[in-house]
Amino acid sequence: MVDVNAWLNDLLAGNKIFTPATMAHYWEGLVTTTQLVFVSLIIGLVLAVPLAIMRSSKRKWISLPVYAYTYVFRGTPLLIQLYIIYYGVVFFDGIQESFLWPIFREAFYPALIAFTLNTAAYTTEIFRGAIKATSKGEIEAARAYGMSESLLMRRIVIPSAFRRALPAYGNEVIFMLHASAIASVVTLMDLTGAARYVYSRFYTPFEPFLFVALIYLCLTFAILFFFRFLEKRLLAHLPSQSA
Amino acid sequence: MKKLLSVSLIGLAVAAASSAQARDYDHVRIGVDVPYVPMEYRTPEGELTGFDIELGNALCDEIGVTCEWIEQEWDGIIPGLLARNYDAVMSSMTINDERRQQVLFSEPYITMPSAWFAPASLGIDEANEETLDGLTIGVQRGTLQDNYVTDNFGSVADISRYSTADDMVLDLDAERLDIVFLDYPIGQATLIESEDGDYTQIGEQITEPKEYFGDGFGIAFRQRDEALAERFNEALATLKENGTFEEIHSRYFGE
Repeated sequence: MVDVNAWLNDLLAGNKIFTPATMAHYWEGLVTTTQLVFVSLIIGLVLAVPLAIMRSSKRKWISLPVYAYTYVFRGTPLLIQLYIIYYGVVFFDGIQESFLWPIFREAFYPALIAFTLNTAAYTTEIFRGAIKATSKGEIEAARAYGMSESLLMRRIVIPSAFRRALPAYGNEVIFMLHASAIASVVTLMDLTGAARYVYSRFYTPFEPFLFVALIYLCLTFAILFFFRFLEKRLLAHLPSQSA
Repeated sequence: MKKLLSVSLIGLAVAAASSAQARDYDHVRIGVDVPYVPMEYRTPEGELTGFDIELGNALCDEIGVTCEWIEQEWDGIIPGLLARNYDAVMSSMTINDERRQQVLFSEPYITMPSAWFAPASLGIDEANEETLDGLTIGVQRGTLQDNYVTDNFGSVADISRYSTADDMVLDLDAERLDIVFLDYPIGQATLIESEDGDYTQIGEQITEPKEYFGDGFGIAFRQRDEALAERFNEALATLKENGTFEEIHSRYFGE
C-alpha cells in the first residue's frame, strides 16, 4: 500500500492539477455518480414494470393517472425537477421537524428521488410501447389455450416485451448517466462536481473536464457492451437485422 | 501539404494574437458575480449596484472609458476573463499568489476579513477542528474561503460547495448547513442584518494566514493588459485623494 502511494506520488509529481488530493475528489465523484445512477435505475426499473402494465390498460381510470405522471416528468427538464425537489421541499412548514428531514437534508436523496422519478417515467413509456407491439397472433394463440389475462401477461406479453424494449432501454441508461452530470448544482460531489471544483480551484477548464469526459466515456462503453451482450443472448431468436 | 498549411495557419493565428497585445481600451467590459450584498447586487427595480459597481463606474469615469458590467458565476470568473469574455473582473476578488499566476491585479482597493456565521442555536463560540467536527460547512465554490475550509477542516467536517452565495444562504435557512464561512461584510448584510433568521457571527473576523486570505480585494486583468491596470491604479489613487472613494465607502460601510 505504501508502495502504491509512493508510486502514485512519483507519477503525479510536477503538476498541480493531477495531485493525490484531486484524484481523491475524482474518485469520490466516480463513486457518487455510480451510486446515484445505478440505484435510481434499479428503483426506476422496478417502478416502471407495474406502471407500464397500468399504462397499457384499456380502463381509462387506470391508464390516465400513469399517463399524467409520465407526461409531466418527460415534459419538464430534469434540472427543474431536481431544483423543485431539493430547494422546493424546504418551503413546506415543519419539514425540518418531520421524519422526512433526514432524507431531504442530504443532497443525495433529493437527487436520487428526482432521477428515479424521471427514469421511471421514460422507462414506463419504453415498456408500454413494447407491450403494445406484441403481435396479435401470439395473444390470440394464448387465449385459444385458455390462458387467463394475468397468465397471458406473465407468460407471453411481458417476456417478449422486455426483449423488444432492451435496445431502447440501453439508450435510456446511457442518457441517465449523462443526465446525472447536473447533480453538482445541488452541492453533490459527483464526477462533474469534482471537475467543477478542480476547475474553479486551479482556473483550468481543459484538464478536469477532459479527464471526467474520458471517465464518462469509459462508463458509457461499459454500459454499451453490457447491453450488447444482453441483446445477443436474449434476442438471439430474432432474425438479424443487419444480415 | 495539408500539414504544412495547418502549421502555417497556426503560425498566422499566433502572430495575429500577439499583435493584438497592446490594445487601447475605450470600452471596458467588467465581469461581476451577482448577488453579493453589499458589494454587488440588484435593487428590487433590477438596477445593478453595490460598492464594487459604484467604485468601478467612478473609476471608469475618471479614466474616461465607458464600462459595461457582465454577469458571470464565480466559479468561471477567471477562465471567463482569460477567454476574453470581458476585460476585467471587479467582484470582491481577493488578491493571492495562486490567482496572481493567472491574472494581473490592480492595487488592492479594500481589505475584507472573512468570518464564520451560524444560527445562534448552534451553540459554539469558536470555530476550530473540535467544534466543527461532524458539522456541515457551506462555502462558495472556488473562493478563498473554500480553499481555507477544504485544507483545514476537510478531514473533520462535511463541506457543501455552492455556485452562488444565495443558494448557500437558502440551505442555511433550510437547516441543511450548520455553519457557513463568508466574506465578513456579506455575512453581516445577508445574515445578521436581515430580519428573518436568528444568526450570529462565530469567533473573530479572520484575515490570517495570508496564504489564503491574501492582500485585500483587487481588480483582475489579463496579464498582458498592464497599461489598462496602470490606468485603473492611477484613477484609484486620484479617487482616494479627492474624497470620492471615501464618499462611496461610507455609503456602504458607515463612518
